[in-house]
Amino acid sequence: MRPLTVGICGYGVYIPRLRIRAEEIARIWGGDGEKIKKGLLIEEKAVADFDEDTATIATEAARNALKMAGIEPAAVGAIYVGSESHPYAVKPTATIVAEAIEAAPVMTAADYEFACKAGTAAIQTCMGLVGSGMIEYGLAIGADTAQGAPGDALEYTAASGGAAYLIGKKGLIAEIEDTYSVTTDTPDFWRREGEPYPRHGGRFTGSPAYFKHVLSATLGLMKKIGAAPEDFDHAVFHQPNGKFPRNAAKNLGFTDRQLKEGILVDRIGNTYSGSSLLGLARVLDVAKPGERILVTAFGSGAGSDSFSIRVTEEIEKRRGRAPAVETYISDRRYIDYGTYVKLRRKIKVAE
Amino acid sequence: MTMGAPRFWRKTQSRYNLYGVKCKSCNATYFPPRKICPSCRRASKLEDVKLTPKGEVLTYTVIRSAPEGFERQTPYIMAIVKLDEGPMVTTQIVDCEPDEVEIGMAVEGVFRKIRESGKDGPIYYGFKFRPARADKDLAV
Amino acid sequence: MKMNKVAVIGVGLTKFGELWDQSFSDLFVEAGANAIVDAGIDGKDIDAIYLGNMSGGRFIEQEHMASLISDQAGLNPAPATRIEAACASGGLAVRQGVIAVASGMHDVVVVGGVEKMTDITSERVTQTLITAADQEWEAFLGMTFPGVYALIARRHMHEFGTTREQLAAVSVKNHANAKDNPHAQFRFDVTVEQVLGSTMVADPLTLLDCSPITDGAACIVLASPEKAKEFTDSPVYITGAGQATSTIALHDRERITVSDATINAAKAAYKMAGKGPEDIDVAEVHDCFTIAELLAIEGLGFCEIGEGGPFTEEGSTARGGKISVNTSGGLKAKGHPVGATGVAQVVEVVLQLRGEAGKRQVDADVGLTHNVGGSGGTAAVHILEK
Repeated sequence: MRPLTVGICGYGVYIPRLRIRAEEIARIWGGDGEKIKKGLLIEEKAVADFDEDTATIATEAARNALKMAGIEPAAVGAIYVGSESHPYAVKPTATIVAEAIEAAPVMTAADYEFACKAGTAAIQTCMGLVGSGMIEYGLAIGADTAQGAPGDALEYTAASGGAAYLIGKKGLIAEIEDTYSVTTDTPDFWRREGEPYPRHGGRFTGSPAYFKHVLSATLGLMKKIGAAPEDFDHAVFHQPNGKFPRNAAKNLGFTDRQLKEGILVDRIGNTYSGSSLLGLARVLDVAKPGERILVTAFGSGAGSDSFSIRVTEEIEKRRGRAPAVETYISDRRYIDYGTYVKLRRKIKVAE
Repeated sequence: MTMGAPRFWRKTQSRYNLYGVKCKSCNATYFPPRKICPSCRRASKLEDVKLTPKGEVLTYTVIRSAPEGFERQTPYIMAIVKLDEGPMVTTQIVDCEPDEVEIGMAVEGVFRKIRESGKDGPIYYGFKFRPARADKDLAV
Repeated sequence: MKMNKVAVIGVGLTKFGELWDQSFSDLFVEAGANAIVDAGIDGKDIDAIYLGNMSGGRFIEQEHMASLISDQAGLNPAPATRIEAACASGGLAVRQGVIAVASGMHDVVVVGGVEKMTDITSERVTQTLITAADQEWEAFLGMTFPGVYALIARRHMHEFGTTREQLAAVSVKNHANAKDNPHAQFRFDVTVEQVLGSTMVADPLTLLDCSPITDGAACIVLASPEKAKEFTDSPVYITGAGQATSTIALHDRERITVSDATINAAKAAYKMAGKGPEDIDVAEVHDCFTIAELLAIEGLGFCEIGEGGPFTEEGSTARGGKISVNTSGGLKAKGHPVGATGVAQVVEVVLQLRGEAGKRQVDADVGLTHNVGGSGGTAAVHILEK
């Protein structure tokens, strides 16, 4: 049995400043912007600038997390970066982050990939290492600069952003009460090696993938810890669009009020490995001491990680040391589709 | 650019974390690091110092005709930033439109991709600067 | 420091411009032959060759060009040496030639400057020119040479109230001068409006604030005063030579709007010649960008620091003004084959002092050349007298 003293010592986020509106994408592909917005419950998405990638997003989020925690970077014993858009196919993103936050060299590091839940997988790894006493602090990061093929439905949502969580035992701003995972081999979404854009199974991504895993992990966790939906003040479910988390919540018996603080997809899109972690960060930005948060991530392929988190008194002292989620969301600049394809390298230029 | 990785790898600490040097003899701070203090020369007593990535724009330009490797980024802002701790650095200003930048503007460091060595070479990262956020803007 | 004066007994140039038919060594041979004919010497009279060249390695993928040009010019086995200091390579080659003659080491030397810039793409030229800046802390970040000078211009405008129109006045003046120079690349007038309205390269500098990409070569023959008498009755003498160094990176400069290397090089040259800025009648200064000419005339003491803009706008640097600056058209309009420029400046001043400058002739007894490397990391100044 894992000791219940492991939790979050600090967290940090990063969301790029550029946004593209759903209507702008629809304008290019002849879609009905209003219908798409209603269908996906999405307004716009965050787009990485030309010089932003998973490594820069992860680094900025990690620096913010350390600022909040106020610990020496050398005390970080492990860094795991979860992403489906690592800048290199071979060469870790985690080493770039480790050097940039000065946690290197006496530490371990690796990159994770599990579609949209690689970040929560990193948290679980750090919980194990910290809980076992192998390391004092571990940094778990979920960050992505997700790409949808031009004209694909994914293009409306595939977004950029990330969050970093410093996991430890001391000075917790939130305790992680427990975690529960479900994993199956389900090909609902994938990207083959060397391919620029992912493929997905259309409606197959719904009930046999997202809903099956999110529901069973959440129910499994609640059963394990003897909790019911009404025991939580907030709930965060992975947000591939605005509809899925709301439907999952309804199905499980969570209310709109519980979901409200953590829903970001309508304003920044699906940040993949960053999605659930940014939702959790948004909740932590406003949660009161003693409040309880349920988080369930989903990664295609497929699996779900569910967490029960309880906020401590400490959180109020640490807020304001690094930019909050809303700081990044409100600092935005809109781009047109032409700029978007230029920045995201979807057009061929002379090299 | 076909330069091998070591050329820029050895500057990683300065590029990632703004490490310069401070001369204990005359108190002058230098960025990038030097091996000799130009004022004290043989009496130099240099030690590494991590500079705070905050400063103001001393002067700026907007590059519209780029060198190889930067063609896709035009227009982009280049500036000399005077750090609060004294040294001046050449840097790109990001998260800022060409008509928003001005002399005296407060800026802060941000970690960005600097350049790529072709399509299959190393990717180099480091500091750039962006308009500074006020402390009051950090909270929800 | 008192120097034995050195005579310039011959000068030669190629046409400056996009010389598609001519190779690097063709250029040197043409300018060299012109200079040797002008001097009335024979190849066997030449004791040594100094060659200014910035970047043969990148422009034509050729190093060891001192051997190449000596070989192609039929001057072997005379010692041939290449000198590099970015855009000041030519000026420093002149200085090395002067030192060689003044020291008594050699009686007659040839100083050449060559650059062949149009054999590579313009993006690659941009990238090559920025190697004159700090590769790791300026160029690596996406800096360009117009960008570096734009940083200076913006700050100059901020500190001194220099206007865009004043910068443009440099270009207008130098184009007007180039019209009367048969060797110049751009022999046409431009207006202030045209300069301001041309394509923005690096704000606030437009295309017409920038010197062009140019092929060209220049050559001079230097001799000791005694030796000079064998060949000419009217030599021009180099009586002062100054060179100074500053930081390679602009951001390390104490004041980015002041060229301290220019000030220090000028001080040394004036002192050696026993002259001051007020004695200079004609000057070829380093106007790779319009702002650079303002820094030059301020640093050389033709006007006060910060006053270069109004000084130019009121016509003080035009032909027949207080001091005639860049009668050749300057780097801006004559063209800027980088390694050749410092030598070509001496050619122009010699022609002016000899009274052989044709339609652009001014009344001059004392002339000055000013050549800069990079954003001001190197400066070389020479004073010439009849």
